[in-house]
Amino acid sequence: MDPKIETQKLNLYYKNNHALKNIDFKIREKQITAIIGPSGCGKSSLLRTFDRMTDLTAGARVEGQTLLDGKNIFDPLVDIVELRKRVGMVFQQPNPFPKSIAENVAFGPKMLGLTHQGNIDELIEKSLRAAALWDEVKDDLDKSGLALSGGQQQRLCIARVLAVEPEVILMDEPCSALDPISTLKIEELMQDLKQKYTIVIVTHNMQQAARVSEWSAFMLLGEMIEYSATHELFSRPKDKRTEDYITGRFG
Amino acid sequence: MPRKLFEQHLHDLQDHVLIMGSMVETSIYRSMDSLKNRNLELAQKVIDDDDKIDSKRYEIEEECIDLIVTQQPMAGDMRIIIAVLNIIVDLERIADHAAGNSKIAIMLGNEPPLKPLVDLPRMAEMTGSMLRRALEAFINHDASVSAKICSEDDNIDHLYDQVFHELLVYMTEDPKSITRATRLIWVAHNLERSADRVTNIAERIIYLVTGTHEGLDGSKY
Repeated sequence: MDPKIETQKLNLYYKNNHALKNIDFKIREKQITAIIGPSGCGKSSLLRTFDRMTDLTAGARVEGQTLLDGKNIFDPLVDIVELRKRVGMVFQQPNPFPKSIAENVAFGPKMLGLTHQGNIDELIEKSLRAAALWDEVKDDLDKSGLALSGGQQQRLCIARVLAVEPEVILMDEPCSALDPISTLKIEELMQDLKQKYTIVIVTHNMQQAARVSEWSAFMLLGEMIEYSATHELFSRPKDKRTEDYITGRFG
Repeated sequence: MPRKLFEQHLHDLQDHVLIMGSMVETSIYRSMDSLKNRNLELAQKVIDDDDKIDSKRYEIEEECIDLIVTQQPMAGDMRIIIAVLNIIVDLERIADHAAGNSKIAIMLGNEPPLKPLVDLPRMAEMTGSMLRRALEAFINHDASVSAKICSEDDNIDHLYDQVFHELLVYMTEDPKSITRATRLIWVAHNLERSADRVTNIAERIIYLVTGTHEGLDGSKY
């Protein structure tokens, strides 16, 4: 099967800092891929190249290619708005807008002019259901998104991403600010979402990577050290650096 | 060094397996001595020690559970713990076989010996030696020594065949020997099963080191 996303000799520089080094990486469609590694290894930077959020960082420069369905997303002709519609991002801190729950979900489709395609109320319900939040908020759609709990806010952010009907969902430490119950809800939600979406998650929590993903990549100092099926990587890693990191002996 | 405490716990865990292994090895030799020398007191001691070995097994199992729950081990660390959980079951069963042989020693009691015991002590010696080297391989994480130990199981199987046929001859020649000969066949069987258990331990060590279950030839029995 062709990969959904493929990087080819991808290099990223922040001014003189070589943040990603010759990354060759294939992400399979409708599966969950986890990226792990110590702080500063480049895992979040790699994630941010997939929707070109690195464009927003002054001094950032990319070499090599990242293909989405075989087309280079760094091609000057690529419409960045269209790219970010296809590739959504969920951040570490839930960041709902200071608006109602309904407006939070409808925000993206309205910005992209997608609301004429159907009933916006239906889209809000569909997105909130897909984010496993509908039953908890259906009677409070006018309530501020900021009034929700942390876990609910994060699911609202996921609903906001789903509302623009992306193909890929990038998750950058989506549970690090959440309690264990909220974390498990997000993890269960990910299992539902992978039926329709390709998910890439960056996490510091190795147990989480082991629980949720089919594929895992270990990065260190801007390099991809090892990439394999999750059960392989966590039970018999091939590279000693991977073993040292996942067994906590990295120091 | 990060995880210094966990390292220490893993080290202690392996030491405890070594202690349990030594207890089991002692039981193998003592049960054979008790049989060979008609030492019923020693036979009873092996039977009594079996309870201590059982307790040690559960103590080590608890340690493994604690480490899994509190340290979330991964990769090689997890394989050590999984190997330990399997090895202690095999050790405990070997101790049961030794206790079984001591019970037979007590059953035979002061009956006249059927024959001088030669092959059975050899089987016990070989099994004990395999176990001792398997425990060393466990501590050293040595897959090649473990593979060699697995291959030695054939020698035990061969001796078992020999003992079995020899005792059959005794039984056919003198029906009065059937009870004693049958009991000695049980002893041989217990030793053969013990060697199989040592082979399991050696295979576990290979898994611990390589992360794969090697396709080793199975025992004849």
